[in-house]
This record gives sequence, structure tokens and C-alpha cells, in this order.
Amino acid sequence: MAEKKLNRINLSEKDYEGAASTMCRGCGHDAITASIIRAFFQSGVDPRKVVKLSGIGCSSKTPAYFLSQAFGFNGVHGRMSALATGANLANRNLIPIGVSGDGDTAAIGLGNFCHMMRRNVNITYIVENNGVYGLTKGQFSATADKGSRMKAGKINDMPAIDVAELAITFGATYVARSFSGDRKQLAPLIQGALAHKGSAILDVLSPCVTFNNHEGSTKSLKYIRENLDPIHDVDFIPQYENIEVDYKEGTDHAVTLHEGSRIVLHKLNSDYDPTNKTQALTAIHAAVAEGKFLTGLIYYDPNRLEFAEELNLCETPLAELGQDLLQPPAELLDEINAEFMK
Amino acid sequence: METPTINDLSICIATENGSGSASANNILFKAIFKMGIPCSSKNMFPSNIQGLPTWYQIRASAEGYLGRKDVIDVMVMFNDVTAAKDIHRVRDGGIILYDDSTPLPPHLKREGVQYLGVPADKIVQKILPTSPLRGKQKNMLYVGALAYLFGIDMETIKAVLEDTFGKKPAVIESNLVCIDAGYRHMQENGLNQDIARFQAIPNGNKGKIITEGNTACALGTIYGGVSFVAWYPITPSSSLAEALEHYIPRLRKGNGKPTYAIIQAEDEIAAAGMVIGAGWAGTRSMTCTSGPGLSLMNESVGLAYFTEIPSVFLIVQRGGPSTGLPTRTQQADLQLMYCCSHGDTRHIILIPHDMKSCFDFARRSFDLAERFQTPVFVATDLDLGMNFWSSEPFQLEKGPFDRGKVLTAEQIEQWEKQGKKFRRYFDADGDGIPYRTIPGNRHPHASYFTRGSGHDADARYSEDEKDYKETLDRLRRKFETARKYVPKPIVEMNEGVKTGIICFGSSYEATREARNRLRAEGLKTNHLLLRALPLSEEVKKFLEAHEVVYLVEQNRDAQMAAIIKEDWPELGAKIVSVLIYDGLPVTAGEIVRQIFNGAQATPREVLKQVQVKG
Repeated sequence: MAEKKLNRINLSEKDYEGAASTMCRGCGHDAITASIIRAFFQSGVDPRKVVKLSGIGCSSKTPAYFLSQAFGFNGVHGRMSALATGANLANRNLIPIGVSGDGDTAAIGLGNFCHMMRRNVNITYIVENNGVYGLTKGQFSATADKGSRMKAGKINDMPAIDVAELAITFGATYVARSFSGDRKQLAPLIQGALAHKGSAILDVLSPCVTFNNHEGSTKSLKYIRENLDPIHDVDFIPQYENIEVDYKEGTDHAVTLHEGSRIVLHKLNSDYDPTNKTQALTAIHAAVAEGKFLTGLIYYDPNRLEFAEELNLCETPLAELGQDLLQPPAELLDEINAEFMK
Repeated sequence: METPTINDLSICIATENGSGSASANNILFKAIFKMGIPCSSKNMFPSNIQGLPTWYQIRASAEGYLGRKDVIDVMVMFNDVTAAKDIHRVRDGGIILYDDSTPLPPHLKREGVQYLGVPADKIVQKILPTSPLRGKQKNMLYVGALAYLFGIDMETIKAVLEDTFGKKPAVIESNLVCIDAGYRHMQENGLNQDIARFQAIPNGNKGKIITEGNTACALGTIYGGVSFVAWYPITPSSSLAEALEHYIPRLRKGNGKPTYAIIQAEDEIAAAGMVIGAGWAGTRSMTCTSGPGLSLMNESVGLAYFTEIPSVFLIVQRGGPSTGLPTRTQQADLQLMYCCSHGDTRHIILIPHDMKSCFDFARRSFDLAERFQTPVFVATDLDLGMNFWSSEPFQLEKGPFDRGKVLTAEQIEQWEKQGKKFRRYFDADGDGIPYRTIPGNRHPHASYFTRGSGHDADARYSEDEKDYKETLDRLRRKFETARKYVPKPIVEMNEGVKTGIICFGSSYEATREARNRLRAEGLKTNHLLLRALPLSEEVKKFLEAHEVVYLVEQNRDAQMAAIIKEDWPELGAKIVSVLIYDGLPVTAGEIVRQIFNGAQATPREVLKQVQVKG
């Protein structure tokens, strides 16, 4: 038997697995779970430092299927952003990963999602986007394209909310789009998101094989495959690996992340600078106009502080402070009493 | 001719909000307090920033009653819009102080009261001809006029101005000029009255503080070790969060960087979610809100209850339902708190009744939340939260925080050596309270999956009927355990007395006064001050010991009575509800009136009457 491949903290990929999935056979979400496992394994992240968060829906069940050693929290519908904000500030040493769906993120939880990004809360936030409510059996979601057809024939007449566009607009500092079936692109993008400090949003197209995989749907496996429009190939170089990459001047773009890791983007076509917000939004709009899915690291802001830094919180996680630091001395209360006597 | 009462007077000041009267009222109130006279104030303000009617009622009480008085001795009529009504609110023989810069129109004249004029407009125009603040300063004239009429000396007023505006001598001076002008106008024109006098009581209020419940609660949470706060602005709880923001940097210096995070959230749903996320991750976390905010938080409260996450909700109640009366007081969110969320839930509620218990209960709420791993409510209301109350100073009860049943990595290690296993939702001690671990715990068996959906004792997803029922039953057991932990009622029992009165929260002061008045009329009562839910055995004993028990509450539907009847239906018939729900702070007079009228019909009795008639 071949020796199991171990990562830098001596764990095998298997150590990053979770409970058996209860998704439908062939569900895109399972493929994303596999990419998440791969990314954590490749980056050698200690699962005991990770917290997994989710809301409600098929996608939100998936945190049970990876990193069984991590703490998990499957909350209420649409409120994962809020839970994550609290958990992140309570213990900034934890590595939060959130998994959500298009209903959770772009409908019921839209407001909280936008404000989480506005605050640039540190999180890797994956939207498993299939344009449909799966767990309630096939209603359109807010990311369903206008003109897309429901299984029973109904045509969606509302314009879609583009999660990546939304994320860029509201202040997320790492915005990527990918496809559940493209582990080669998705896993390094997740690794990049984990290394990034701030709101990293990954809009991952993930076909619902049961309710949204038919002719006429713009989120079917076939339709997505035919209309992917990758900006670049993606390599992730962890900060601890001192590897020289095959870096082509002029066509490759290296992005150095917060802890020294790098993402190398091998450009496939025109000049694309992911740090240019206007260009990123224009590229999304152009792709949408052509019915294409722009994928890759669409936008990256290397400068903005994450929320805990913005608040200038003490280095020790708030959750680890003892009573000596939490309870002010009684003398100060006497001082306040004296002021109230005036 | 009346014999002037000493230090017993109620003054109602009618002005427009945003006109600067808050500052004038504050100075007047603090001057009376500084004289050592027991006093209280009630601010009855509109949900508006400028231009709507507002009333401020100051009560001096020789006997030390702090509740609102329903008899008004002096009306300061400085708002034309409400004047026609205001003249009728003052008692016969009372005084109306008004601005007589222009003659009083005939419809504002009334028999049986004494009119005293101070030409405030004219005087400020004369003494502050160029000041842009003239309109606001005008209110200082009635401060001066009242000071002369009732005997507050200018030295005391000067001292209050210095306390208030210490670093702004120009402001002190301009206010003083106006107050002095009001004072001298009365003096020089021989205007006087003989209904009441203030008489300084040396050291009368020595050692006492004046504060508001929202400030007291904020300080309590800081001393309780809060390190995460998420909130959304809403009257009347905003000033609680603002007081927290004001005091925490000074009290919790730490090593220079903040040891706390205070987040103004995008809505109350987010605020509750953040609090739960932070509580889950191990901080002492809280939010504060009022009825509409709590309505939005329902789902999250249910999540925290079912997943067993410590979290504190400070609720400053106002008039509901819907937007209701945002700037008036009520105790009508009791059942909303007690049963917050869909599904079967019951929650711990701490109910302070004065400034000290606001401080103490806010502080202790975190101990209870962590001990019971559940949302804990602290229920106040606008009357407690936003009015000034005099009080004994806050005192810090020393002792270690109760962080509850939290297992560290080392403790799990030890457990396992003893053959015990960490199981998140297993009732290891039979008290319904399981053990928990906190994210970041590095023991390989420490982690678990928290979920709002059905789960078993090991936190695994489960739709199994036995698991589900077991969880619900254990949560109920936990609630039963809490009965012995929450603050006990304060009971006053006298031998042979068959009538009891129960009250809670901001009704306490008025009830205390009402009992003395009832006794003077020949009705002796025993008393129980409820301070928390779940109810403890003392409440049951109190009900058993009396033939009839009046229950004073500030809501229409006798919400506390229903909660008591849920626990002891057989004793329910003894309860006669005294229900006050006009949005104004309770008065002793109203309690006495209802009790002597056989108490107000409870809604069920109202319903019976309707059926009989039909």
C-alpha cells in the first residue's frame, strides 16, 4: 500500500473529511465539499482552528461533510453573516469558513450579507449558487437568470442578482467566481481566500441536479459548462513553500496575500488587473451580457483592513480574556458614583 | 388660605421639545436634589426632535416617594399649543406660572387657581438682545421664578450650573443672568404664593446618586465583563448602548487596545445573530433593544435557546404593539420575552425595580446566561431606563464570574482518563445543564456541530422522536433548575394580614406609596416584589398565605398574572389585577383607586360581561 500523502502538519487529506454527505447523487455541492477538503489539506490548515458556519438550505448542510474536527454552527436562514461577525470578533484567531446558498445569501440574508462585506469581516464565504431553492423543492431563487425556465415550465421574469458584482460593490476584498466541477480552479481560489484577511466571497456555480438541470435552465450542468469564461488559470503558492513558479512576465499576475502566500494568475486573454474595481465590474457586466460566467479571481483589494483590525481589538481573542481584564476595579465605580452625586 | 406644605410639591413643566427646556428642567431638578430634598422627575416626551409638546414633572416628597404624583400643584404653562388642556390639569388651589409677555387670552383663564406671570419673552429680549440662543434661554426664566416662589437659593442654583457646565464659564454666566432675572421679577413685583415651600435638609441626599436605568444597566454590563455588544438604535434603549460606549473605554483600559467590540448593526436581526455568534465563541455578549427590536429577534432567540448559547438581551420596554408609543412606558413585552421564539420556549428574565438592581441584574445576567447556557433577559422599561432616579450608590459585589460548565482541553483529558466522555447535550448532572466546549479548544474530542435543527445528546443531526422529546424535556428541566438560581422576590409579611400586593419593575415605588395610603385608609397589605422569572416557590407561598392578592402591572392583558397562573392554576383565582397601561409612569393614586373600586376587571371578566349582555 502506498504511503498516505501528508501535509505540513502531518495530516492526510482524509483527516479533513466529515460525515457522509446526504446531498442528491451528483450534486454540485459535493464537488465543492471535495474542493474545500483539498484546499484545507493543501494549505495545511489546522482543523481545530477552523469554525464552519452556515445558514439554512441544502448548501448549509454541507459543513457537516468536511473537517469533522472543526467546530460547526448551522444557524437560522440567512443569518450566517451575523453569526460569523460575532464569532470572528469574539475570537480572531479562529479561521472562519461559511457555506451558504443563493437563497440564504441573495434573498433572506441579503441585508446581513451586504453589511458583513461592508465591514470586511474576516471570512471565507462560499455561495453554492444553483439558482434554485432545493430543500423546498424547486422554487426560483434571486440568482436565477431572467428567462431561465423552471422544471415545470414557468419562466423566471426577474433579473438575477449577481453575487460577485454585489460583493465588489459592497466592499468585499477578495471576490472570485468558479464552478463546482472545476476543482483545479476552485481549490486554489479557496486556498487564496483562506490566506486572505477580510471578506473573501466565492460565488461557485453548483448545478442542482434534481431541480435545475434541465433544458432551458441557465444553471444546468450543461449550460454552465458551455458558458464558462475563465479569466485566468489559478495557482496558489503557500507562504511556507519557497517555490519558484513558472511566471511569465506580461501575461501572469501574482497577487501576494496577507500572510505572504501568493496567488498566481495565468492570464488567458486580455489584460486583466484584479485590483482594478472598475475593470472588474465592467468585465462582469460584459460577461453577463453575453450569457457567460466570468470565473477566476475577479477582484482583490490588498489594502483594506479586516474588521477586527479596523476596530483595533486587542491581540488576545476577546473570548480568552479573564476576569482581571474584563471587570474594572471597584475604585472606578466609586469615581462614577461621586460624579452622579453632583 | 392654605398652610404651606414643606418639601411636598409636584411641578409639571409644559414646553415644546427641542426648545432648550430639558436643560432648564435638569437644573431645577438637581437644585432641589442638592437641597437634600427627596425628589424624582418624569420626562413625558414625544417621539420627535423639535416642536412637539413635552412635559416634565418634578416631584418633591417629604416622605421620600419617588413615583409619579397624579396631582399637579404647579403648572408651568410655557407651551401655547397645550395650554388649554394644561390649565385643567393643575389641582384646585394650585398655581399656573405662565409667560405674560402678552396678555392671557380668555379661554386660558380658569377659576380656582392662582395665575403668576413672568414675562419671559420680554425679559430675554431685553437682557440678551443679540444672543442666537435667546429662544432657548427663555426657559431659564421659569427656573428663576420657581426658585423665588418656592425657596431655592441662588447659591444652590449656581452650584448646580457649575456641576453641569463646569468648563464653560460663558454658558454658566448666560444661564445665570436669565435665572436671576426670573427670580428678581417675582421678588420686585411682590408675586408670591403660599401653597408650599422648599426647605433645605442638611445632608438629606448625602451619599445618594442620581442616574437613569439605562446608565445603571450599561455600567452593570461593563462590571459583568461584557466584551461583545451588537445593537440597533431604538427608543428607549439607545441610550443604554450609548452609555456603554461612553463608559467602557474609561473603565476597561486593558493594555491600550480595546478588550471589547461594540457594533451598531444593520438591524436587530443582525444584532441578535452577532450576539449569538460571539456567545458561541466564548465571549460575554449582549444586545439591548425595545419591543419592535425584540419582535425581530424572535427567531434568533429561539436559536440560542435550542442550541444553548449564552446571550444577554436587555429590553427597555415601551408602549406597543407595532410602533405604539415609542417614548412612553409599558410592561407589555413580558410574555414576548418569556416565550420568545416559535416552538416551546421559556426564558429567564431578571426584572430590576430601581437603579441598584438595574446595575446588579445587568451584571449578574452574564453569570446566569453562562451558567444556564441560554438567552437571559433583563427587563426594564422607559420609566426606569430614561428617567432620573435618586438611589444609593452602586456597589460592586466581589467574587468570581460564574462561567458555567465549560470544559477545557485539560478537563476533557481528565474526564477521559476517568472513563467519561464529553457529550455536548448530555445531562451529565441531572440538572438539565449540559457541558460545553468553546471553539478554539484543541482537544481532538472537543469540537461539535451546533445546529438549530433536531439533535441528539451528542449534537448529531437527528429527527428521531425520542431524541427530540428528550431535548425538549431536558431544556424544561434546565428551566426548573433556574428557579432556584434567579433573584428571589423580596417579601414583606405581617401577621394576620389577609391581603397581598405583588408588583414588579418600575411599579415598585408607586406601589410602596400606595400601600401606605391604603393602610392610612384602613387596608393593611403584605407585599411581594417579583424580581425574576421563572417564578420561585416564594410566590406560591405568598399566594397561599392570602385571601386576595392584587397584582400591579403595566399592561392591558394581565401578562404576569397569566404567567403565575400557568405555574399554579389552582391559586389563580386569588389574583386581582391592577392594570395600568396609559403609557405614563404609574401613580400610587391610580393603584389605590383601582383597589378601592374592587380593582379593574381583568379581560376575561370583561369578556364575560359582554357575553352576559349579549
